[in-house]
This record gives sequence, structure tokens and C-alpha cells, in this order.
Amino acid sequence: MSTSTILEPHPDTWIEVRSAGIYCIPADVYIDPMQPVERALITHGHADHARGGHQRVWATLETITIMQQRYGIEHALLQTVVTFGEEINLTPEAEHPVFMCLYPAGHILGSAQIKLTYQGVSIVFAGDYKRTPDPSCPAFIPIDCDVFVTEATFALPVFNHPPIQDEIHKLILSLTRFPERCHLVGAYALGKCQRVILGLRQYGYHKPIYLHGALLKLCQTYREFGYDLGECVPVSEVDDYHSLAGEIVLAPPSALTDRWSRKLPDVLTCMASGWMQIRARTKQKRAELPLIISDHCDWQELLDTLDEIRPTEVWITHGREDALMHACNNMGIHARALRLIGYEDENNE
Amino acid sequence: MSNFADFSTLLDSLYYTSSTKAKTRLLCEYLTNTPDPDRGWAIAVLSGTLQLEFFSRSTVKNLMLTHCDPVLFAMSYDYVGEMSETVAHMWPTPKTIELDCNRSLPSLNDIITEFSNTPKNAIPECLASYLDRFTPSQRWALVKLGTRGLRVGVSARLVKNILAEFASVSTIQVSDIETLWHGVSPPYTELLTWLEGKTPKPDVSDRIVFHPVMLAHPVTEAELANIDFNEWVAEYKYDGIRVQIVATSHGIGMFSRTGDDIAHSFPDVVELWQNTGVYGVFDGELLAFSDVDIGTFNQLQQRLNKKKPTKKLMNEIPCGIIIYDCLALGSGTQRCSLTELPLSERQTKLTEVLTPVIQHRIRLSPTITITSKTQCQRVRDEICERSGQRIEGLMLKRKTSLYMSGRPKGQWVKYKRDPMLVDAVIMYAQRGHGKRSSFYSDYTFGCWGTNEIGERVLLPIGKAYSGFSDAELHELDKWVRKHTIGRFGPVKEVAKELVFEVAFDSVHTSKRHKSGIALRFPRIHRIRWDKPANEADELTRLVGMIIQ
Ligand SMILES: [Zn+2]
Ligand SMILES: [Zn+2]
Repeated sequence: MSTSTILEPHPDTWIEVRSAGIYCIPADVYIDPMQPVERALITHGHADHARGGHQRVWATLETITIMQQRYGIEHALLQTVVTFGEEINLTPEAEHPVFMCLYPAGHILGSAQIKLTYQGVSIVFAGDYKRTPDPSCPAFIPIDCDVFVTEATFALPVFNHPPIQDEIHKLILSLTRFPERCHLVGAYALGKCQRVILGLRQYGYHKPIYLHGALLKLCQTYREFGYDLGECVPVSEVDDYHSLAGEIVLAPPSALTDRWSRKLPDVLTCMASGWMQIRARTKQKRAELPLIISDHCDWQELLDTLDEIRPTEVWITHGREDALMHACNNMGIHARALRLIGYEDENNE
Repeated sequence: MSNFADFSTLLDSLYYTSSTKAKTRLLCEYLTNTPDPDRGWAIAVLSGTLQLEFFSRSTVKNLMLTHCDPVLFAMSYDYVGEMSETVAHMWPTPKTIELDCNRSLPSLNDIITEFSNTPKNAIPECLASYLDRFTPSQRWALVKLGTRGLRVGVSARLVKNILAEFASVSTIQVSDIETLWHGVSPPYTELLTWLEGKTPKPDVSDRIVFHPVMLAHPVTEAELANIDFNEWVAEYKYDGIRVQIVATSHGIGMFSRTGDDIAHSFPDVVELWQNTGVYGVFDGELLAFSDVDIGTFNQLQQRLNKKKPTKKLMNEIPCGIIIYDCLALGSGTQRCSLTELPLSERQTKLTEVLTPVIQHRIRLSPTITITSKTQCQRVRDEICERSGQRIEGLMLKRKTSLYMSGRPKGQWVKYKRDPMLVDAVIMYAQRGHGKRSSFYSDYTFGCWGTNEIGERVLLPIGKAYSGFSDAELHELDKWVRKHTIGRFGPVKEVAKELVFEVAFDSVHTSKRHKSGIALRFPRIHRIRWDKPANEADELTRLVGMIIQ
């Protein structure tokens, strides 16, 4: 897109930020609303983007499956499955309809970018996304658009996420050094957990991986969508916990320090998260082995993406918006922060 | 072979490991696999005895600024809260240098030798060349090492325990290492080879070295009520700086609390001591003096950090010391350690030795007998008042206390005067650093004064980021987000509605603040959710409390 384009009608006039979230006026539809609404488009299944109780929902099959699992089969009265690349008219009766199309976002299973086009002007909501290869979901595709709405979770030049294989290597090395310790890895149930498992398998680790009960359902969902996670054993099915010495156990981060983890033998706490790059964050989580594994773009990925797409305008939803705005200015791209509240940029990564 | 990567890996693992057992294993493994002198340098780095500063924090910062966008650096630094780590992650990996796998990394010894021998003006270039070649972890290790800021959760005490564990000679105890410790110096080759049973025990009887000092805990009113005063003695707590005099027949060392040799800044004091002819290791307070009395901390401050004071300055602000303890007496083979004796016996010996040489600027700290909590409070308040705050409270010491380095429990406590309080209104807030980077935890507050045109306005008097609980922090953070009325970069301006009761140690004049004053050690004492902002204190109240 050339930067001299004058957008008409400017998305300012037909997209607005309301207390429930971003709202598209002519389509009467919210994107990732934080409260129950009539019509909602959902980028992906993380709880801060997908909430229950909407009347009508459009999303990928994977996302709808995740929402059903979390909020019940009938989480919305009408649930429309959208496939990538399929063009949907959100307002068939209108003189100027709003068209919607989904594209992969490379964030987690089912994650999508949402493109809306109204009278020839297009806006892409990237939701959460990343550019590093991830075997657990299709890769992000840069989409030509007038306005690109991006997250900024890791938008500071200090964030430079290493390749996942380096981090898995750290974990394996620690297992050899402390073979008597149970390596308990904190990973969020949706996305991070499966990515760690697939990363271990790609590394050549074929022993069983032990799972906390809260991770089982979503791992099953990944399997149903064709991802081979290898042998995973629920910790609850282990007879003798001493046998977990020298094994890898995955659990949600909240379980790392609670009573549950105390039954494991000589725990070495690991934490898989993009925040683990910052020492104070690692200390805060009491992790002894930080694994820098992120579902989001790091700084360079954000810049590369903006440079590739070169939209007329960039809107920033949540995270470190100041730094990204500054970088956009340097790149000659007009940028502004939407200052959305409610997205959990701090913890849900 | 060992290189800097092994060292930085060691630091990283120690940094994140919490169990002492695992730390011991990691360090012992390193000591076994690493040759001299690298392993000894590592011991020096960990125990804080490497007395070299290769470059200053500002050198690093300036170098970084020539390699990145300063705005982004400021934002990153603000987020990370720590310069070394910010630089470690932000330093651009050069794309032009072809990665030459055969070019081996330097050893820790190479790094220490090179930085020690590089002239000051060539340091930035030397540093940059290493930062280019290093990974973020290695950069962090280098910057921390070079600025003497390395902390990886391994205390000097733990290092000694681990060394005892490492010793292959089973009769070697921690106490053996402790008595040797201050006589040996980095890279500790003679110590390590002795531990391995390869060389005889090093002879350290007459070396001028620093002995880590014993520190006190603050005491609460409740704890004070439970003290049996028969078992304790009191001393004045002077508002100077803690020093240790190490006097031998070969010369005199004068060390700060952290072991920095500061003798060069106080040749007048060193000379005074030299003339006494007293040998040993003494613990005391360095102070500025007037003709008749002790001076203020402000006066002393003008002498600190002056590497070579002029005659004129030394005449204007003469310094001296008040001695309160003694770790050893005598010199050479005659030196005997007193650290294993109780305080009362150490004081008897100290008085015996020093009484003949006492003068205006070399004094013995008087001991005060206290019999009750009320008397304790009264003595403290009187002396603080009478000394014009040159004495800031009392030290209470258990008569039986041995001289133990660090902050042992229940031995020495400090009973400082009550902090002064002022009711101030929060004006601005900023995100904290590190752990607190997601909260608005740094607050600027002000008192009521008048501006150029005579209006009653709030004038900022200081900043605080401590004194509240985590729960209060969450409340305050929420309050800030709800009451933001403006933004200047990372700073949020808030509605002038909330009053803090701010505690502080003293007030000084300041040209930096519009209010003309500055507070020493301000911290939030209480959040006055109930108090209307217009009832906060007037600036004039603080002006009346200024210490000249
Ligand atoms: Zn997400
Ligand atoms: Zn998100």
C-alpha cells in the first residue's frame, strides 16, 4: 500500500473503541469483545479474547471448538465456522456491505487475523500473532491492508526471542545435569503447552511427557485436529511419584508453587514464557530454569511485519504501545494506540 | 579449557537456582573442571572481593547510546529496570562480522587482564568488541563484572561453605577458610591448591586486608519492649560512614563498609592513626570535625569521593574517627584475633590500648548503660536533639556478641530516632522497575506553596517507591489508572486528590527542586485515603526543619 493513500471512508468513521471492545459500526459487530454482545468476531481462543455468552459468533472451527470446551457447547446461540480465505458478507442487506475474511495468525491452534473491508477500505485485526515457525499452527500470512491493527505485547528492543530448539536444549541439558530432579515446566494450557511438547518431540525426546490435569483436554483437542503429541501421561495416573525423578512434567503456571507440585520429587521449576527473557520476571515466577518460548512476536518480528505490510496506518491494541509508535514514526507509518483495557498483556502469555 | 561462556553459564545457573544444595553442586563442578586462574577469579567475582572496576555504568550507557535509538533505550531501560540487562538484550548483533567459529572465546582471565591493562580512553572500543562477539547472557556477565554489580544470590559466606565442601582434604573446615580468607587475594590460587591438597596452607599473618564488618538490624518498639537491658549495652549511632582501620607495621589501610580502600581520600586521618603507633583491626565511624565538636554528614560528604583532597579542604573540613570495636590487636606474628571474644571483653582490651592515644579526632565511642525501654527512648531523643541530629539514634549491642561479619540475628540492633512525617499529595506516578514494571509504583508528591504569581499550588518535594505493602501497591496502581489526567512519556499526572503520610530522615535545601528542598530517604508511611488534599502540609513547615 502506498502511504499517500487517503482513506475514504476513513476507518475512524466506521470503527470505534467501546467499553466492550473494538466495534465495527456498519457491520454491528465486535472484535474479541470483553463482554457478552450480539455479534462477535473472535480471533482466537485465549480467554482474554474469547469470552462466553455472545448471541452470535464467527470464528475458525478450532477456535469454536475451544470455546465450546471452555464455555459449553451452547456458548453462543449461533456459531458460524469460517475457513481461512473464505469471504463472508456480514451485512447482506446493506447498500455498502462489510466483508470479512480470516487468515492464519501463527499464534495458537485456530488463531486468525480478521480482515474487514468496507467500501473498498480494508482493516486487518491481527489479534495475537507471531512469525517464528510453530509446528502447532499454520504460519502467519502478511495481508495487504489500509489499516493494520497489531498487538504490542513484546514491543521493546530488549525482546529477542531465541529459537525454540535452543530453549529445549537448555531443558534437556538440565535433565542430564540433575537426573534425580523432576523437571516441572509451567506452560499455559492453550498453545504453549502443546508447543513445548512438539518442540521436545522435534528435538528427539521420545519419552513419555507427564501432564497436570488442567492440560489434558486441550492436548486432546490438538490431537483431534491431527497434531501428534506422542505419549503423554496424566500425573494422576502415576502410581509412584518417585518415578517422576528425571522426567518432564507440564503444568499450568499457577500450579508451579501450589500444593499439587509438592508431591513431585525434588522439583526443578521451569517456566516457558516470552517474559522469561527478563531476569526479574523469572525470579518473580520463582523459576529456576527460564525457557524463553513465546506465542507473540518479538521486537524484530513486529518491525519486519509492519515493514512487509506497509499499511497506511497502524493501530496498536495492547502492550508496549509507546515503543512501537515510536518505531512506526521512524518508519514513516502513521500509528496510534487504541489503549484497550482488559487484554492481559502481563500474564496470559 | 575454560572460557568466558563457561563462566557466564555458571552465573546464569547460580542466578536462577534457589537451593543451596544445587548451587553447591554447580560451583563445585565448575571448580573441578576449570583451571587456575579462571576458577579463582570466579570465586572473587562471586564473593565480591574483586576490587576492580573496569568501566563505569555511564561508560556502558554512553556506548550503548551510540549503538541504538536513545528513545527506545530509555523505554527499554525503564521497563527492564536494570542497565546491564537492558544492554545485554539491546546490543545489536553485528551482521557484518562473519561468524568465525574457530575464533575461540576469551577466558575470564583474558578479560580481567585485558580490561585491567587497557587505557581508559580505549575501554569503550574494547568493551564494544566483546559485546559484538557475546551472547546476551555473556554480555550481562561482562557488564555486571566490569561495573562490580554482580549479584547471583551467592553470598561470601556461602562461597566459603562451598569451598569447604570442595576441599579434598577432609579435615578442612569452614572456619579454617574464614581465618585465611582475608589474607589471601584473587585469583586465590594458593587457597584453591591448598584445598585440593596440592600445596601447604598459605601464611597470611601480616597482610593489609579488609575484614567484612558486622551489621545491625533495625529494632521495632515491640522488640525493644522484650529486651533484657542487663544483657545489652548502648552506644551512640553517629551519622558518618562506617570505616575499618587495618594498621600493621607495613602500613595502614582504611576501608569502607563494603571493603573499598578509602585511605587515599583521608590522608589526614591515616596520619593521625600512624602517629598513635597502635596496630590491629578497628571498627568505627568516620566523621567530619569542627574545632570543638563533630561535624555534619553534609560536611563529610564534601570529603567523600575526593580522590586526592587539597590541603585547603582538609583544613576546612578536618576528619577523624570514633572507634567502637576491635577485631584484632597487634601486628605480624604478634597479631591476635579478638572476633571470638564477647563484646564486653573486646571493649575492655580496646579501651586499654586506645586510652593513652585518645585525642580530639581519634576517640573511643562511649558506652551508655540503659535500664529500661523508657529510658532508652529518652536517651535517644535527648542525644539526637542535643547533637543537632549529628547523632541519629542508639546502637544496642548484646554484651556477649562475638564479632560476626554480616547481619547476625539478635546481636546488634539500631534504634534510630523516629522519622519525621509530612502529609503530601501525590502528583505523578510512574511504572516501577523489574518486578514492579507492571505497576505504577513510583510516586512524586508535593506540598502546598505559592507560585510566581502568588497562587496556592502544589510543589513537588520528592519521590518514593517504598513503604507500602503489596496489597497497598495494587490499590495505588488501580487508583493511579483511574485518576490519570495527563501523560508525559512514561509519567502519568494524576488528580490531586490523594494524601500520603511520607516519612523521611531529614530535610535539606536543594536547587534541583522547584520547592527548594529535598528529603533524605523519603518513604510512604501511610496512605491517607481519608484526608482531603487541601489539608496536606504547607511547604513552610518543611522549610522550618532544614538542617544546614
Ligand atoms: Zn493470545
Ligand atoms: Zn492477547
